[in-house]
Amino acid sequence: MPGSSCDVQSEAAAPMFCGWTQALGAGQSFFMPHDHHDDHPHALLPPDPALRVKALETILTEKGLIDPAALEEIIDTYQNRIGPQNGARVVARAWSDPDFKAALLADADPVLAELGLYGRQGEHMVVVENTAQQHNMVVCTLCSCYPWPLLGIPPGWYKSDAYRARAVREPRKVLAEFGVTLPESCAVRVWDSTAEVRYLVLPARPEGSESLGEEELAALVTRDSMIGTGLAKVPGEALA
Amino acid sequence: MTRVHDMGGRFGDGPVAPEAEDAPVFAEDWHARALAVTLACGALGQWNIDTSRHAREKLSPKDYARFSYYEKWIAALADLLVEKGVLTRADLEGKGAAGLHKLAERALKAENVAGVLAKGGPADREGGPLPRFSPGQAVRARIPADNALVDGGHTRLPAYAAGAQGYILRLHGTHVFPDSSAHGLGEAPEPLYAVRFHASALWAHPEHPEDEVVLDLWQSYLEPL
Repeated sequence: MPGSSCDVQSEAAAPMFCGWTQALGAGQSFFMPHDHHDDHPHALLPPDPALRVKALETILTEKGLIDPAALEEIIDTYQNRIGPQNGARVVARAWSDPDFKAALLADADPVLAELGLYGRQGEHMVVVENTAQQHNMVVCTLCSCYPWPLLGIPPGWYKSDAYRARAVREPRKVLAEFGVTLPESCAVRVWDSTAEVRYLVLPARPEGSESLGEEELAALVTRDSMIGTGLAKVPGEALA
Repeated sequence: MTRVHDMGGRFGDGPVAPEAEDAPVFAEDWHARALAVTLACGALGQWNIDTSRHAREKLSPKDYARFSYYEKWIAALADLLVEKGVLTRADLEGKGAAGLHKLAERALKAENVAGVLAKGGPADREGGPLPRFSPGQAVRARIPADNALVDGGHTRLPAYAAGAQGYILRLHGTHVFPDSSAHGLGEAPEPLYAVRFHASALWAHPEHPEDEVVLDLWQSYLEPL
């Protein structure tokens, strides 16, 4: 009988841990794993994804294995503090300062470390420059590798089967779905992030941006332009 | 044979759906929680990044295909916690023992989050075999794209590149070898290269004769030509 062991044990002198079954209100549906024929342990958790996460979080918290305050800190970090604005600052600086750009392209790690942009999922950075002859585009066909310290958590499409499957085989068709059409004279180089090296695209500086300072330039740099599925905005577009 | 995650070049997935630049980082609250719980559990030090990638890859192909991104994360995390003996199946059923876990003292504290994320987990190592290849050199990627150490094990050689001829673009240094590291067989660091392949070496119908794909490949994935 679902839930009975929990009810009985809660009466015992040394109460047993009841975990998510109590935390989630012990609704009957939670006790019937959707894939009970599957011997993967995850099938023992509730099938609904939000409840599944909640259940695991509850179990781990009760055992002292995770600290809820630490979870909040991680979420706040990636929701509010680390994101494409970091990469945009780097790109704007590279557009403005030829020495910085040369150092960044030659060996990005020490340059980024100096800016405080080293960290998890950005331990080994390579920056690749778009030119009139070559457009760079980044994918991870095997999972979702992405330069977190510079771009944050990847957008949904980057992690989608369609992008992972197609970016290496038909990058130009994928680019067209982002509204980007490259001239025949421009070759595409797709970087499949198969190791712990993370790639950042240095997009071409847009025309009409010659008089702008770093802060205004950073506003032209989109997340997609640093993945290579977009181009930097032209100044009028940024104001729109 | 490769697993279902190795999807580079696959047909039939339909169009990519771009998102607005200012779309929420986490489309659902539970996505954020799944990410945070996974990172916090990683800090317990019971596995490495290669182990956790392998845990997602060895979800059943049916689950891998039907689960959304963070569903894969949370399912793989639950499996890994049991596989590594951190939790029991009874724990997952809500019938486990009460009280603090013996690993509780290792739990990531809020005040240490920034430091842990900033420290990262570099994969480069001293020593290991000397580089065998130089930039510009022609190489062939090993075929089949299987883990040579563990049957059905983790590898970072995508099937689409197996057997293809490419050219060494650069040496990244000597990095932990995932095919070994994912299975508790040691870090076994090897030289890691960026290798460029002409699209025509990979696909029967390349879009453009000058297009290329670059992969990061370990030395033992490559043979000289």
